[in-house]
Amino acid sequence: MATRLVEVQKLKKWFPIKGGIFSMTVASVRAVDEVSFFINQGETLSLVGESGSGKTTTGRTILKLLQPTSGKIIYKGKDITKFTADQMRPLRRNMQIMFQDPYGSLNPRMPVGDIIREPLDVHSIGTRKERQQAVATMMETVGLRPEYEKRYPHEFSGGQRQRIGVARALIINPELLVLDEPISALDVSIQSQIINLLQELQQRLNLTYLFIAHDLAVVRHMSDRVAVMYLGKIVETADNDELFDHPLHPYTQALLSAVPVPDPEAKRERVILQGDVPSPVNPPSGCHFRTRCPYAMPICKEQEPAMIEVAPGHTAACHLLTKR
Amino acid sequence: MEKNEILVDVKDLQTYFFTDDGVVKAVDGMGFTIRRGEVVALVGESGCGKSVASLSIMRLIDKPGKIIGGELLFEGEDLLKKTEEEMRKIRGSEIAMIFQEPMTSLNPVYTIGNQISEAISLHQKIHATEAKKRTIEMLHLVGIPEPERRFSQYPHEMSGGMRQRVMIAMALSCNPELLISDEATTALDVTIQAQILDLMRGLQKKLGMAILIITHNLAVVAEMADTINIAYAGKIVESASAKDIFKSPRHPYTYGLLQSIPKFTEKKTNEPLPAIEGMVPSPYHMPKGCYFNPRCPCATEKCREEEPEIVELTPGHLVRCFHPIES
Repeated sequence: MATRLVEVQKLKKWFPIKGGIFSMTVASVRAVDEVSFFINQGETLSLVGESGSGKTTTGRTILKLLQPTSGKIIYKGKDITKFTADQMRPLRRNMQIMFQDPYGSLNPRMPVGDIIREPLDVHSIGTRKERQQAVATMMETVGLRPEYEKRYPHEFSGGQRQRIGVARALIINPELLVLDEPISALDVSIQSQIINLLQELQQRLNLTYLFIAHDLAVVRHMSDRVAVMYLGKIVETADNDELFDHPLHPYTQALLSAVPVPDPEAKRERVILQGDVPSPVNPPSGCHFRTRCPYAMPICKEQEPAMIEVAPGHTAACHLLTKR
Repeated sequence: MEKNEILVDVKDLQTYFFTDDGVVKAVDGMGFTIRRGEVVALVGESGCGKSVASLSIMRLIDKPGKIIGGELLFEGEDLLKKTEEEMRKIRGSEIAMIFQEPMTSLNPVYTIGNQISEAISLHQKIHATEAKKRTIEMLHLVGIPEPERRFSQYPHEMSGGMRQRVMIAMALSCNPELLISDEATTALDVTIQAQILDLMRGLQKKLGMAILIITHNLAVVAEMADTINIAYAGKIVESASAKDIFKSPRHPYTYGLLQSIPKFTEKKTNEPLPAIEGMVPSPYHMPKGCYFNPRCPCATEKCREEEPEIVELTPGHLVRCFHPIES
């Protein structure tokens, strides 16, 4: 059986909204609201959802870049939820993150060699010479020419910058890499290059990916398992093929049917959702999706649906499924 | 008004930008046509000149850019010969445009009702109450619930999808012959994108205007367009019906693009995607010969020396390549 690298139990991250004369907490943005899932070693779990669904916050909370409001994060069997910054530091070597914006995430005043080397300096790994050597090797691994180490980020294109981001994340041999929309800012022909690079590196280095994305075609191509988020909650989790072939939650079904397909002759049944995603400050009672759900029933308003396992490894939270 | 009549004929358009670092030939001899009521797509990656081409049609190119050559025939008349005054009458009423970021295209300090009725009363001499009535009709048409209440709301009170609907309402308020949509659904979430595409398709059928879609997203184009033009480095490299582009792409760039996008409907494999190597050439250092030759798997000596002309291979299917892929 596959070993679990990360397990998240009822993770909650609420951001307080301050207001009034005493700056009291008047409300909370419920970015992540009791989310549970796990990631096995060596696999890619994708978190998909629309903007505001809480997928990025989930990714950052797992790395403890944000302190969770409640819930548990278990990394390799150890509960790291309450770890202090000092306790986290040695662990950070094993978990890295790569961001969406290749322009905002690199320091424009640092040569790329230094950017890539920085994690080694921070964790005091190796001698000066060894670090220099490691940077050169890593640049080659991600498809950058080592001679470019003295150049600055502005001299590189978007795709090359994402390669720099990959190099920086991987130089200290992490086990877990959180990929936060790593390709959505890139051009089509460059996207496929980065996808290939990420997949090749995963196989070669036995990496575990938490892939945060909204492009479902890329998710289908990259993931082993997929978790669908809506308004701070996971509504469905399943293996890749299972989720795309047999989506059970009405939101997943609508999301999949909304994806445009590059084939002018494809005729598809399309579920077009009405309205917008409600505000996470004041989510609907009961099931969060009920305001846009074509099958909403009276019970959806009163009771939050429980997550149930419909088939092995396939869970969904919907009253339609409990009724059966 | 005939259905097959050509509405827009862009001929050999050249829009250059004269920067301190040199001349950027953003649009370099681009040509395409749009018939009445037709949905035409202009597809390409960043820097291929698609947005500059659409702004050129509106004559909205500002310094250091300049349209230095070509013809822009709209209903038979060359827009490049129009005075600024005449252009202002055409913009908004004959040709309307919607952009990627609805927040930055709407004025945050005016209500949306104010902004739409302004557009109407600028082009049509009608009374303010009439303009308001028409605005509410338009808001209703684009599927905004409670248009009377929304009329007096500000852009920040609306979501991204709603704002894009407002933009569409404004663009269509004067019944334009041509609507240019510049990446109008790119910033939206998939479920909202599906709503907006559905709306645009519905309105196009109802009102019969022609649409020029500028995008990098081939999937969106497959759902919307009748004719597709693929642009690369300032030129059209392939032009054909949507069906032909997807079924039998003839230009190696088009073929490569279609191959490189992950297929949503296919099962997961661990095979790498067939990616196009390298990147778009820098506009300051365009390669000699065919602009695509450094990235092209079929490139020969000839491609490195000579620039190919665009030729009609089969009726309606134009390709700019010395070695087109067999269909």
